[in-house]
Amino acid sequence: MGARYFDYMATNPLRPEVLEAMMPFFKERFGNPLSLYELGQNAKTALEEARSRVAQLVGAKPQEIIFTSSGAEANNFAIRGLASAQAKKGRHIIVSKMEHHSVLNPARALEKEGFAVTYLPVDKHGLVDPGALESAITRETSLVSVIHASPEVGTIEPVRELAAIARKNGVLFHTDAVASAGYLPIDVEALGVDAVSISAHEFYGPKGAGALYLKGGTRILPLIYGGIQENGRRAGTENIPAIAGMGKAAELTRAELPERAGKLTQLRDRLISGVLEKIENVHLTGPAIGQGAEQRLPGHASFCVEFIEGEAMLLMLAAKGIYAASGSACSSKALKASPVLLSMGVSAQLAQGSIVFSLGMENTVEDIEYALGEFPAVVRRLREISPYAGGWGKVKETDQCIPKN
Amino acid sequence: MKFVEGIKADVTADIVYMMCPMHLLKLEEMMKTLEAGQVLQIMTDYDGALTDIPEWCEKTGNEFLGVEEAPDFYKFFIRKKGR
Repeated sequence: MGARYFDYMATNPLRPEVLEAMMPFFKERFGNPLSLYELGQNAKTALEEARSRVAQLVGAKPQEIIFTSSGAEANNFAIRGLASAQAKKGRHIIVSKMEHHSVLNPARALEKEGFAVTYLPVDKHGLVDPGALESAITRETSLVSVIHASPEVGTIEPVRELAAIARKNGVLFHTDAVASAGYLPIDVEALGVDAVSISAHEFYGPKGAGALYLKGGTRILPLIYGGIQENGRRAGTENIPAIAGMGKAAELTRAELPERAGKLTQLRDRLISGVLEKIENVHLTGPAIGQGAEQRLPGHASFCVEFIEGEAMLLMLAAKGIYAASGSACSSKALKASPVLLSMGVSAQLAQGSIVFSLGMENTVEDIEYALGEFPAVVRRLREISPYAGGWGKVKETDQCIPKN
Repeated sequence: MKFVEGIKADVTADIVYMMCPMHLLKLEEMMKTLEAGQVLQIMTDYDGALTDIPEWCEKTGNEFLGVEEAPDFYKFFIRKKGR
């Protein structure tokens, strides 16, 4: 029995067309784009072709794309680079509590360097309130960063509205679109953002390639100093095979996005309704489905299962060939409750039972039915042996979690 | 160093926070796009530009008009030579 992969937020498999586009740059086309002879210029051409394709994916101009080694680097670059470049204007930045660690931690590092950071609260669905942003902005504010969509709970933030508030106040706006780029259309002009981070391996491209869109004319301090690569903004010999792959993956994504979103929304809805139907005391985390304006990522189904511990659930599912995730490195590696879930008002106990199924194009209806067959049995088995099987015991009222419906 | 004020540029390149040798590369790249007689403004906070840009102008025969100081960067003005 082959494993069924439901962890597309962790990474995606490489598309065969993408691998094919990468291969020549591992082999005969190995040149350095800075070299003046043909072999180098050949690599330079590939680099610029990839830049155009990535630019098209987000509706940007090619010169507004800076390649990085990952989404995390793009996020670090945006937060540190933009905040530092604007430091004379003010030393206050705003990020939301939904952010990935690659945004949160550079923000914390800036705090240690004397910047003030406001962490915007979210509602029970993980949504940032534009009103809260409006009132958090001060004369000292130089940068706002709010994630486009959460890989942990699937929430799509009102980025367009938030970016408009930042712009009205003369404040730069960055969004981390690593989790959304393969699922949602991104148009930097329509969103009105100044900077966007994306990562190739989240849309069927290779690991080792990410990009930061930076609106033309925006100053940024480099994270990596050295040579003149990326117009002097990011030094280091470019990872041409990965970048060429990212370009191909961007091209495929742009062409296939509506089809992908359609298929993954259907699979997601089947999985969510099935889980809520078949398992008692399970809560959908993030926005509900089928309620007008779509606030949830296609292909994203996340839950908190009561009275059991997430790690055991993931391991037992893996033994059944179902690969899912807990949604946060905090819970899966550090056995801490996820800060994102806590910020949404989920209790620390319930957050332990967090599970995320993130779907991709290789998933089938049959995969979903298989998961719906096995998951309830795993939960039943764990509850039989759980010390909390009879309930959490005494729970304070403030620890109430999101209601089931 | 020749300090100037109020020169109007036809084209501006903002390379503040970009290090050596971006000031020379950008200078060369932008000059190619200018017509003879047009003025280029380069905004940079790289101190080495204070010697490099006038020298480059001398070598290439373009006219170095001077530099203006802004609070945290310099504005260099260069007129492209005639044909």
